[in-house]
Amino acid sequence: MSAVSEVSSNASAIAIRRSTVAAELARVLAPESVLVEREALMPYECDGLSAYRATPLVAVIPADEQEVAAVLAVARATHTPVVARGSGTGLSGGALPHAEGILLSLAKFKRIVAVDPLARLARVQPGVTNLRISQQVAPLGLYYAPDPSSQIACSIGGNVAENSGGVHCLKYGLTVHNILKVRAITIEGDVVDIGSDALDSAGYDLLAIVTGSEGLLAITLEVTVRLLPKPETACVVMASFADVESAGEAVANVIGAGIVPAGLEMMDKLATSAVEGFVHAGYDLEAEAILLAESDGTHEEVAHEIEKMIEVMRASGATQIRCSSNDAERLRFWSGRKAAFPAVGRISPDYYCIDGSIPRGALAKVLKRTEELSERYGLRCANVFHAGDGNLHPLILYDANIPGELETTERFASDILELCIEVGGTITGEHGVGIEKINQMCTQFRPAELAQFHAIKAAFDPEGLLNPGKGVPTLHRCAEYGAMRVKGGALPHPDLPRF
Amino acid sequence: MSEPFIAALCERIRDHAARKAPLAVRGGGTKDFYGQGCVGEVLDMKPYAGIVAYEPKELVVTVRAGTRLVELESALAAERQMLAFEPPHFGEGATIGGAVAAGLSGPRRAYVGSLRDFVLGTRVVNGKGEDLAFGGRVIKNVAGYDVSRLMAGALGTLGVITEISFKVLPRPAHETTLFFELDEARATEQVNRWAGQPLPLSATAWEAGKLRARLSGAASAVAAAKVRMGGEEIDAGSYWGDLREQRLGFFAPSHALWRLSVPQTAEPMAAGHAQLVEWGGGVRWISGDADAASLRAEAARAGGHATLFRGGDKSVGVFHPLEPAVMKIHRRLKDAFDPAGILNPGRMYAF
Repeated sequence: MSAVSEVSSNASAIAIRRSTVAAELARVLAPESVLVEREALMPYECDGLSAYRATPLVAVIPADEQEVAAVLAVARATHTPVVARGSGTGLSGGALPHAEGILLSLAKFKRIVAVDPLARLARVQPGVTNLRISQQVAPLGLYYAPDPSSQIACSIGGNVAENSGGVHCLKYGLTVHNILKVRAITIEGDVVDIGSDALDSAGYDLLAIVTGSEGLLAITLEVTVRLLPKPETACVVMASFADVESAGEAVANVIGAGIVPAGLEMMDKLATSAVEGFVHAGYDLEAEAILLAESDGTHEEVAHEIEKMIEVMRASGATQIRCSSNDAERLRFWSGRKAAFPAVGRISPDYYCIDGSIPRGALAKVLKRTEELSERYGLRCANVFHAGDGNLHPLILYDANIPGELETTERFASDILELCIEVGGTITGEHGVGIEKINQMCTQFRPAELAQFHAIKAAFDPEGLLNPGKGVPTLHRCAEYGAMRVKGGALPHPDLPRF
Repeated sequence: MSEPFIAALCERIRDHAARKAPLAVRGGGTKDFYGQGCVGEVLDMKPYAGIVAYEPKELVVTVRAGTRLVELESALAAERQMLAFEPPHFGEGATIGGAVAAGLSGPRRAYVGSLRDFVLGTRVVNGKGEDLAFGGRVIKNVAGYDVSRLMAGALGTLGVITEISFKVLPRPAHETTLFFELDEARATEQVNRWAGQPLPLSATAWEAGKLRARLSGAASAVAAAKVRMGGEEIDAGSYWGDLREQRLGFFAPSHALWRLSVPQTAEPMAAGHAQLVEWGGGVRWISGDADAASLRAEAARAGGHATLFRGGDKSVGVFHPLEPAVMKIHRRLKDAFDPAGILNPGRMYAF
């Protein structure tokens, strides 16, 4: 059979399947909630990782829990994969549709169900955006701490799926530290409360395993989040350094001095110069690196902490130190950090964002090696990252229109991630594995560990219908990937059968 | 010395799995009282001890499971750091592996987070005798399912924890305790109101009309909070340590001790029983013989659960019964980690 007819017979098989599954779904959902036309499906082709695209078989937009349950019943009966989607801002392709699957949008789950000011809890539907929670409870003097950069648009259901972080994680933790309960539905149709309104629950800590499970274990129907009192005040110190190494050293010294800053971010010269022309934050453009260190809390705490941080920065060789004198200035200092990605987008046709996490002690080494790789691959790389918790976001600048440049970028990115593993870090600090980092999972984990992950998946989803192909690679895939990347003459999985 | 121990451990577990012969995983044995009881040959983790890596500037420590808690805590204290979740020891021999398996946190829990919140990575041997590593030594890590945190509180039923990495925190520069006289309902409301304000609260405890609130932080911040909160500043002496270790008179060992974990703002419950309330209202300790079914019903109505923590008649079930759909996931998870069912069988639930 020729390649062309194979493709068309595959296409016609998909068309048949599409009409069968759509017909089943039409029996349980309103017609406008079932999307089958190509134009209607286009908005769902990718999430925030737009390099990967697929058209789902069908997209559905259920309006309530009963409708979600009905969709899952159809999926079970027809043995069709299901990919859940929140706002589609994910950066690892976690919500990339399955070409033979149902794309389940939770866009209609937009209600803040209840807020309990005294208990400092909010019960929200998964489609509610991260920022809306904080806005809603602001008059009560409360807020929701995790603040991923996409917080204007990203949904709390997606935050649970990815265990999202933000710039305040060192002090306030990730999503897993800031939620109490997830009401979820399994592919088998069981609606379960995972966690509770109390500080702990009987049995295994299922909340820990469901948070960050990338839609592979269950679908979130409702989330109970913990709210924190808004700090009385906040202040940010901006310090310049003559080289990246001393900035890295300053980060370690701040923490070594017993300070846990609310945020501690670093930007290198390429990043600050890209950003300054964009937002005019007042960054020191002579500096090779700048640090932004925020303190929040009571007036007394902040005054004390800022004084200590300035002292440490100075002793660590800062060439210039500035301190925000009011909230407007503080937000201006931050504006550049928050706008770093779009700003880099202005100086390069395309950029690729990486999300490795490393022990802080390895910062200088990793930055130096990244610089060497940048020279070797002939691609510029801007560094913007959560220095306080060792979460790197190198941005590789490339041009997708130049043949081969995307592939070079991917090799560069892959080398950086493997470097993160080498120094004791991880391939993803907060963006998730999704489809993007699935090959690097083979480097970070051994076959028995991957097999354990698959067994966990099967405990929740025995037939493997929820978001298949994401998050955890098959051992087969790892064998193929390993064969492609023989390093130093040794295969990473010598004990695996090769295909 | 580490690898021969692990290799032997894997071998022994494989052997037990093949024979379906249970193993009772044990550290210092200080928490033998907790749970449904131990069966099988004792698997002693005490020999696998020592701090593997501690870099104070990273706020991360990696430690072998058999390390005694007192040793770990004094190593951290030497660097003015701490395990912020204040794990109860319940005896000098307590090990860090046992603390993680039990998953218990102390007075600071309501304000800084629980033991599981501070776990960054674990190395475990599952019931198939496979040596596995999850998580790591970094603060942020979302590669793979969070098996490390799943291990916390699983009572060794999913795997034998051999090494753990924790996030540690600086010790507060200053601590003080405020004292108030309030009835239970008013005390519960008060501690929740405080928690909604930016105050350096680090523990609360109420018993018999007496409320204690601990403040921790920079001296200036603690002093300012004192003015805002009022009350009487007292020398708490060993109170918070005694609360954590259940050495207060309230915890007299002759009685059954129930632990009700409920929403912090839940109404006073279990009327007529002696109570101690901590965690900002989130934990209600009940001392004395109480009717299991009605305690459980009351805790569940409030949105929580009840554990027969110590003593009493364990035939009523130590841990709160699970919903059938949740129990189904539990059984399958147990099977995913320990298909032969040899690791601490029955210590938590029937499996």
